[in-house]
Amino acid sequence: MFKRQVTITVNGEARAVELEPRVLLAHLLREGLGLTGTHIGCDTTSCGACTVLVDGSAVKSCTMLAVQADGHEVRTVEGLTRASELHPVQEGFQEEHGLQCGFCTPGMMMSALALLERNPEPTEEEVRWALSGNLCRCTGYQNIVKAVLWAAAKLRPAGTGGVR
Amino acid sequence: MTRVDEIGIGGLGASRRRVEDARFIRGCGNYTDDIKLPGMLHMEVLRSPVAHARIKSIDTSAAWAIPGVRLVLTGEMAAQRNLAWMPTLSYDTQAVLATDKVRFQGQEVACVVADDPYTAKDGCEAIVVEYEQLPAIVNPTQALAPDAPLIRDDKEGQTDNVCYRWEVGDKAGTDRAFARADKVTRLKLHYPRSHPSPIECCGSIANYDPATGKLTVYMTSQAPHIIRAAVALVAELPEHLIRIVSPDIGGGFGNKVPVYPGYVCSILCSILLGKPVKWTEDKSGNLISTGFARDMYFDGELALREDGRILALRFHADTDQGAFFSDAQPSKFKIGLVHSAFACYDIPVGHITARGAYTNKAPGGVAYRCSFRVTEAMFFQERIIAAAAADLGMDPAEFRRVNLVRDDQFPYRTPFGFLTDSGQYRRCLDLGLDAIGYEDFLKDKEEARLRGRRLGIGISTMTEPLGAGNSREYDILGIKMFDSAELRVHPTGKAILRTGAKSQGQGHETTWAQIVSHELGIPAADVVVEEGDTDTAPFGMGTYASRSTPVAGAAVSMVSRKIRAKARKLAAHLLEVSEEDVEWELGRFFVRSAPNRGVTIQECAMAAYGNMPDGLEPGLENNAYYDPPNLTWPFACYLVIVEVDPETGVWDVLRVVAVDDCGVRINPMIVEGQITGGLTEAYAMSNMQFMTFDAEGNCVGSNYLDYLLPTAWETPGFELHEVVTPCPHHPIGAKGVGECAAVGGPAAFVNAVLDALSDTGVRNIDMPLLPDRVWEAITTGRDVSGAPPVKT
Repeated sequence: MFKRQVTITVNGEARAVELEPRVLLAHLLREGLGLTGTHIGCDTTSCGACTVLVDGSAVKSCTMLAVQADGHEVRTVEGLTRASELHPVQEGFQEEHGLQCGFCTPGMMMSALALLERNPEPTEEEVRWALSGNLCRCTGYQNIVKAVLWAAAKLRPAGTGGVR
Repeated sequence: MTRVDEIGIGGLGASRRRVEDARFIRGCGNYTDDIKLPGMLHMEVLRSPVAHARIKSIDTSAAWAIPGVRLVLTGEMAAQRNLAWMPTLSYDTQAVLATDKVRFQGQEVACVVADDPYTAKDGCEAIVVEYEQLPAIVNPTQALAPDAPLIRDDKEGQTDNVCYRWEVGDKAGTDRAFARADKVTRLKLHYPRSHPSPIECCGSIANYDPATGKLTVYMTSQAPHIIRAAVALVAELPEHLIRIVSPDIGGGFGNKVPVYPGYVCSILCSILLGKPVKWTEDKSGNLISTGFARDMYFDGELALREDGRILALRFHADTDQGAFFSDAQPSKFKIGLVHSAFACYDIPVGHITARGAYTNKAPGGVAYRCSFRVTEAMFFQERIIAAAAADLGMDPAEFRRVNLVRDDQFPYRTPFGFLTDSGQYRRCLDLGLDAIGYEDFLKDKEEARLRGRRLGIGISTMTEPLGAGNSREYDILGIKMFDSAELRVHPTGKAILRTGAKSQGQGHETTWAQIVSHELGIPAADVVVEEGDTDTAPFGMGTYASRSTPVAGAAVSMVSRKIRAKARKLAAHLLEVSEEDVEWELGRFFVRSAPNRGVTIQECAMAAYGNMPDGLEPGLENNAYYDPPNLTWPFACYLVIVEVDPETGVWDVLRVVAVDDCGVRINPMIVEGQITGGLTEAYAMSNMQFMTFDAEGNCVGSNYLDYLLPTAWETPGFELHEVVTPCPHHPIGAKGVGECAAVGGPAAFVNAVLDALSDTGVRNIDMPLLPDRVWEAITTGRDVSGAPPVKT
């Protein structure tokens, strides 16, 4: 079958790959690049387990063709940790028991990151709205919301207020 | 000598942060679909587009012609290996790949193995199947009609669509009690069909090695040892050459207990090809073909005395079983533990009849976050309790208080033979009423009503049987429902623990270590926990039905105590005293007469390998198999306040209060996580989550746009409270908890909405309480029953 060459910056690293135009971004990340932290739950843009950031926006990678990401910047859960130091969003999920089976967690954290990058001080309601494209069957969301607010507080420069 | 601080070392009662999170938050989990073996091929399943049809022909030639396609497997080919059909966990049979007829939409018809998943899908699309459609039967009423077409014409002697009949209790005694009742409350309701729907679908990678004859299967199974036994028995492979591995599981909720055709096909394809074959189910495949839940019709009555006492109960339940009776339930009872209904109430006599019907719908009847049909039982219980209180003109909290089993009645034998052993039911109820401000709310509700606002409060109280189960009554394929643990303490006092359970988010890697810590004083951080690999884990029955803590957790305690017993001998040797003179405190043995002379458990561990007394075998490891003497009986009281908008039928949840008594809590943080998760599923069932079918048997709910799950936006907040009544027979006093809120919760939401409608004459709205159904009830003053109609 016809193949195309694409170059995508994934977690800061340029990756050149040859692929069929029908390959989904989620499959490229998981199968082609071995980044299995991005999960596939529903293949219909509903559950959000496959959420990654494309040029800073949260995108469900099961409904985006990999060729559409050509020349763009993609961030996945594997890019959250810097020099083996956890990102505050990751710490928040552990501290507040924001995960159980862990399957929705990478997508949930990427949606949370997209929120915090555009709104560093979200209210609980804003967190709930921002995460409403990500389904979790285990937690009941209460602790996920707390986890995101925990991360927001940690990310805020010292002296600008505590956890709301 | 400073004493070991149990909370400080992550023992019992510590809200220890979870060990498993470290990999999940880094995206380093190891789920089935993450596994890639060298030379691995990919399998895709072709499913039936119709619900009931005779297969006239299957033409696979075009699929074989696609480059990259390695195998096209049909039922006929499976039949040559005697694998076109398989036994179910309920002693029925189920088609692996259809040979004669398809009996539900989504049934497996063929599968294609190819070099990559895209090509395998291409292969499926190229298969041409000719169907001769038959009338579809989509509910028990149609199925049990005298002229209904026979769905299971494959079964010898089957002449109708009755799947089973079952009866329990004392009919004559119940009839006598009803004859002297002051009042009889009757309620009919439908608990709609649902699907557990973990976010991760099912999948497997079968790897048959022709050189060694060994079959390794990585799969999404909540019960890997049962799968190994089933593969050995069904596929007639030697059990010692079968290795089942359940890696990380992305949620189970009962969906991942049964054996599905996809697993079997991947195994057969790997054997035929001599290569690893991966099958990853897609969401619509998961929703339309794997184990559904509920779909039960109740019609029952309570006999009441004027003073509020319940004299007797009776009900009949018709269950829509789908095309194959494949309930994943190991009890001796045809309809699971439905006769645990009303166990928290002191009712002297009762009688239950039940009937299952085959229909052209997906098979299953799995225990979706519950113990074998208790969810349906407790929902009916709490709905008719609310209706009876209303009929008597009694406050529903007071009606419960009058009828709940008293603390001094334990152990209490229910009319259906269960033995409930502990609880403080009234205390839980009163704590819940206090927490929600019950008396004040009743006043607020009346005032709000005067201003045209409809507020309502719903209560649900229940005990349920968790932790199957004792070997007298529970088995799967003849294997009893015990569970197991194996503990190895290394020379430096660190340890590895393995159990026969399998976590899918319950946090066993964290909590099992806490039990070891509680028993031995070894810090939880020094204990690694492994589960899910049948080559290394001791034989166990897996994780479902809230059985892990009651059964495997008990085994963890028992094996730790065996280790302690041997360590005591080592301590006596090191302290140069006799064993009788050695006392234990957490983490340390000491000489009774000289408490300052002691040795730590870690020093004993080193001695087990380097300084053992004559006659004592080296090493410090052991295993324990635990057969629970009884089920555990947690109690819960859930209260919900809602506001219903009479103009639109939309209802908002204002408050949810939960009081759970699950005995001793190992890790309170994890217990609370289980409760908020369960409450969310309860809210979902009452509000939006259901699966329905049109007249042709098309499943409406094959994706998350039609099958609604709540998001963070609409899910309410939850207020949690606890009461602790230790389980008298569990080694650390724990009871199951994982499913309580999902079981007891739905009735609280429904009772709340109906309470807000109490002046309209409406007695029942069947779930889900969609706004149009609530609006219809308000405007007509009539009940709204049955599954919501399919909108086209």
